[in-house]
Amino acid sequence: MSLQARDKEFLALLGPSGSGKTTLLRVLAGLEKPDAGEVRFGGEDFLSLPVRRRRVGMVFQHYALFRHMTVEQNIAFGLTVRSRREKPSRADIRARVADLLSLVQLEGLDKRFPAQLSGGQRQRVALARALAIEPRMLLLDEPFGALDAQVRRELRRWLRELHDRAGVTTVFVTHDQEEALDLADRVAILKDGELIQLGAPNEVYEHPATPFVFDFLGQACRLPGVIEAGRLRIADWESAAPKDAPGGPVEVFFRPDEVDFAPVDGAGLAAEVTGVAQRGPDVRIDCRIEGHAMELIGHGPTLPIGVAPGLSVRIKPFRPQVYAAR
Amino acid sequence: MTDRAAAATVVRPVTDAWPRRTRLVEHSILPGLGLSLGVTLVYLGVIVIIPLTMLALRPWELGLDGVVRTLTSPRVAAALRVSFGVSLAAALTNAPLGLLIAWTLTRYDFPGRRLMDAFVDLPFALPTAVAGIALTTIYAPAGPLGALAAKIGLKTAYSPLGIFIALTFIGLPFVVRSIQPVLQDLDRDVEEAAQTLGANDLQRIALVVIPALAPALLSGVSLAFARAVGEYGSVIFIAGNMPLKTEIAPLLIVIKLEQYDYAGAAAIGLAMLAISFGALAGMNAVQIFLARRGRA
Repeated sequence: MSLQARDKEFLALLGPSGSGKTTLLRVLAGLEKPDAGEVRFGGEDFLSLPVRRRRVGMVFQHYALFRHMTVEQNIAFGLTVRSRREKPSRADIRARVADLLSLVQLEGLDKRFPAQLSGGQRQRVALARALAIEPRMLLLDEPFGALDAQVRRELRRWLRELHDRAGVTTVFVTHDQEEALDLADRVAILKDGELIQLGAPNEVYEHPATPFVFDFLGQACRLPGVIEAGRLRIADWESAAPKDAPGGPVEVFFRPDEVDFAPVDGAGLAAEVTGVAQRGPDVRIDCRIEGHAMELIGHGPTLPIGVAPGLSVRIKPFRPQVYAAR
Repeated sequence: MTDRAAAATVVRPVTDAWPRRTRLVEHSILPGLGLSLGVTLVYLGVIVIIPLTMLALRPWELGLDGVVRTLTSPRVAAALRVSFGVSLAAALTNAPLGLLIAWTLTRYDFPGRRLMDAFVDLPFALPTAVAGIALTTIYAPAGPLGALAAKIGLKTAYSPLGIFIALTFIGLPFVVRSIQPVLQDLDRDVEEAAQTLGANDLQRIALVVIPALAPALLSGVSLAFARAVGEYGSVIFIAGNMPLKTEIAPLLIVIKLEQYDYAGAAAIGLAMLAISFGALAGMNAVQIFLARRGRA
């Protein structure tokens, strides 16, 4: 596969576990050698450079902080290991650490040891440590994987701001589609070591290239259908086929919340409501369509008109995706 | 001052609470405290504390100046110096070498690795007298390694160097086995982080790996040292046992016992106990400091 990150871009590598996204990141960092292929940075051959000469900032899922060093020493590590010729003066190092501490909003914690910090704080120290070497590229390997949901969301926003301010090309590995879509300029979706789709978050979400991508990016409802003469037919309901759709038997995919409800005598797919449950801000509607059990989602505290357990309604997916049936 | 005053006011007066049974230990949700603490105390008492108390009491039959005279006699002082000095040297030598062996056995995969791993335990398993005789045969002036060493002017067996060899031999597994599990569990990503930050191999090991191993290394060295101080069997064959030169303290104890000087033997024993205890306590303190730094 071939993949290019643009300058100052925030690129997310998204895929299920085992898709090779972490391996790809480690190849970029130089921690793993590819069997074949090449890695270039600018025009430079990256593969011939050892890890420590690539100047990439890497952030690991489990922080990988040096436990026996203070926060300050951790952040300064990349500067203190430089050869005497390249090493900044002690005062410069201290100033740089102070800058980074304020950048990651950890002022005053410089004398703490990693064990005295929370998970979110540790990951920010790891990020500051990676930024200290003024990396040419920032690599993040599931950096929020070990944090709880609340902290994760906060750090996500903050990381995006940080990226925009620091202006470093960033490659970010995650298996969390929400995270990737929320954070990245472009998302690369990987499966079994292959690049399936690459594009802006909206683009891949609204036009998933394959059923796999559709499924992976969110909840999916699927029904068999047929396209004939520009018309898409699902069971007894017919509508205009999406443009560029293949002909013949197809699989129709739609998001459970991208449906309109209509009374039973209207147009749409006949659905029998089997259960309704309020789930936080959404309402979950269980129903049967054409013998398939399906879970639909309505937003807001009120049910769509005519929806109640035991009743029949008609539903119309308003943005179906169609793939040729395999 | 104000802090303490503030803290004092928070303490609830005892009188207005329900009379509570004072507890020696905090209540734990883990059952079996009484039983396990009881067994621990009885066992430690019978196996360790009572015998050591007897040892501590016995020398005073000689009176204080008798004990002092025994311990300051040139022969005893020399034996204690040899025992502790050479033990320390052997333990310290085992620190880098044991580290290297543990590193080799954990980090690399090569044919015969498991066999070599098993060899490390041999000094544990071998009766020490057997080890002593074997070492003596090899390092005696006529032995293969002894002859080699003699060529460059080194006297191995029947010299302090011989004692050093024996004590290094028996101490090695303690160091290797202390480091090995820690090295195995050491997260690779920490080293990888050091690499991406620009550290070369030497810096990675010196600044990241060894500090992480320091508590285990120190504990291994302490064990090796303690074991070496008490070692008897392997040393007496190779040492030559010349009073004032290559006589170790445990041998002197045996000699005193054979002369029915039980109190004198106990005096030496007590001195060894005191020095060992002090040394181990010191190493423990450093170890706790090191361990706490990373964990707190």
